[in-house]
Amino acid sequence: MYSKTVMDHFRNPRNVGVIDDAEGMGEVGNPLCGDMMTIYLKIRDEKIEDIKFQTFGCGAAIAVSSILTEMVKGKSIEEAKKVTNKDVAEALEGLPKNKLHCSNLGADALHVAIRDYEDKKAGKKKPELKRKEQHEHAHGDKCHCPYCDSEIVEGATFCKSCQSEVEVQH
Amino acid sequence: MDMKIINLDHLSANPLLPEVQDAMIEAIRENHGNPSSQHRMGERAFESLSNARKSVAKLVNSPTPEEIVFTAGGTESINHAVKGVALSQSKKGKHIVTSNIEHSAVLRSIKRLNMVGYKVTSVPVDESGRVNPEDIAKAITDETILVSVMHSNNEIGTIQPIEEIARITKEKKVIFHSDAVASVGVVPIDVQKLGVDLLSFASNNFYGPAGVGGLYIRKGTPVWPLLEGGVQESNKRAGTENLIGIIGTGVAADLAYRDMESRIAHVSKIKDRLLRELPNYIDDYFINGHPEHTLPNMVSVSIQYIEGESVVLMLDDEGIAVSTRSACAAGSLRASHVLLSVGRDYADAQGTMVLTFGTDNEEEDVIRFLSSLKDAVTTLRKISPLYNEVEK
Repeated sequence: MYSKTVMDHFRNPRNVGVIDDAEGMGEVGNPLCGDMMTIYLKIRDEKIEDIKFQTFGCGAAIAVSSILTEMVKGKSIEEAKKVTNKDVAEALEGLPKNKLHCSNLGADALHVAIRDYEDKKAGKKKPELKRKEQHEHAHGDKCHCPYCDSEIVEGATFCKSCQSEVEVQH
Repeated sequence: MDMKIINLDHLSANPLLPEVQDAMIEAIRENHGNPSSQHRMGERAFESLSNARKSVAKLVNSPTPEEIVFTAGGTESINHAVKGVALSQSKKGKHIVTSNIEHSAVLRSIKRLNMVGYKVTSVPVDESGRVNPEDIAKAITDETILVSVMHSNNEIGTIQPIEEIARITKEKKVIFHSDAVASVGVVPIDVQKLGVDLLSFASNNFYGPAGVGGLYIRKGTPVWPLLEGGVQESNKRAGTENLIGIIGTGVAADLAYRDMESRIAHVSKIKDRLLRELPNYIDDYFINGHPEHTLPNMVSVSIQYIEGESVVLMLDDEGIAVSTRSACAAGSLRASHVLLSVGRDYADAQGTMVLTFGTDNEEEDVIRFLSSLKDAVTTLRKISPLYNEVEK
């Protein structure tokens, strides 16, 4: 079901943990969806000096978080901003279709953490709700029916192909 | 690497017992004919089919073997019962009563009927997963044509008060179907004592082959066939019989009947040991289901702050097979409707494992499982933001 790279990162996740004095923190997902991810950033000279994560979720979710931290550690903020969920999935040599939606939250969590850092730097007060932001969909992200694997239109509650009811958290 | 695989997922994958294998291989070698043919080969095939039917009838204590219809599995049996009754009774009424924790074969069959105009009342269960028969009585209207409540739940093992529900349906003259797929061959099932009109079961749940099931249809119960065609199975289920599978099922039914008591004693010992030892290995968990009205071969445990699929993968690395009904592993995005119905929250439902024991398990398996489980839970909680919040 999972690629070798996914299993490697699941078995030996890199950069697990919390950074207590993090400059940026991003939390996405919720247990309702099945997956939650928190990213902590230590920033020096606009570069990600250190990054840690915590994840509640399936094997894919843990692997996504782990490889993401490897991908952006040492990178500049501007470079890190360009990383997408698709890049993460590709680095993992692909993910099962039904995991692309809920479990692939890594880049979202990273972007929320970067925004948190930038807001703090700009002196903006952070409303508590902000870091609880939901999983954002990059334009063109696709959802798939858990029953028949057909593509589901964003916002649809019904799979046109097999007529199953689908509850997708958007 | 020679590691003994510990199977704690018998509900998904029961091995075929050696006697069942032998009977099926012999049937393949002997080139069994078609039970419907009128020549000698057909006659022999018909005899094998009848013998298997008798064995299965005995297992569920059906008064006449003809009340057993062979199907291609539990799912077909359930679809047959639910849709067959609904269609045959559509002129009488279009209301179905069921429970909140049915298997998806029941739920989705009823949902499909709902799409063509049938109305549904689904009664809740208490936190142990039990239906209150009073709720069934209240839900039945003049329009009600079918009540479908499972015998035991396939995720938490809770056994329902089927006899009491049957008394109500009999009095109100409503047809009663029970999905007993997780029960038949595991605990004694007596269709006469239970008082059901229809009862679904599957061969692979008692060490027979997958792809064979049965439906008990009490004589005179109006059920339309799901599959139309030939006159096989007394006109109730068309299509050439899967004779090799049915022969295996007959042998498996004989063995289940013969060994019922010793099998229950064996899995109960393993279950008791696991429940007794569990607190020595992990904390912050719930045992789902009813403490007494429960399957002897099943434990459902919700472990807090972690997700089930990760546990399954980690235990698999240790050669231990377990199952999860968590949203991800089931291929569905949703948390289990059964666990939500008994009051688990979304996060705890995601961290649930279903363990099902069988004849090939030993008590020592429990200890190997528990120490691997402890390692997996410790590792995953270290990664989990939910546990982090609790620690703070």
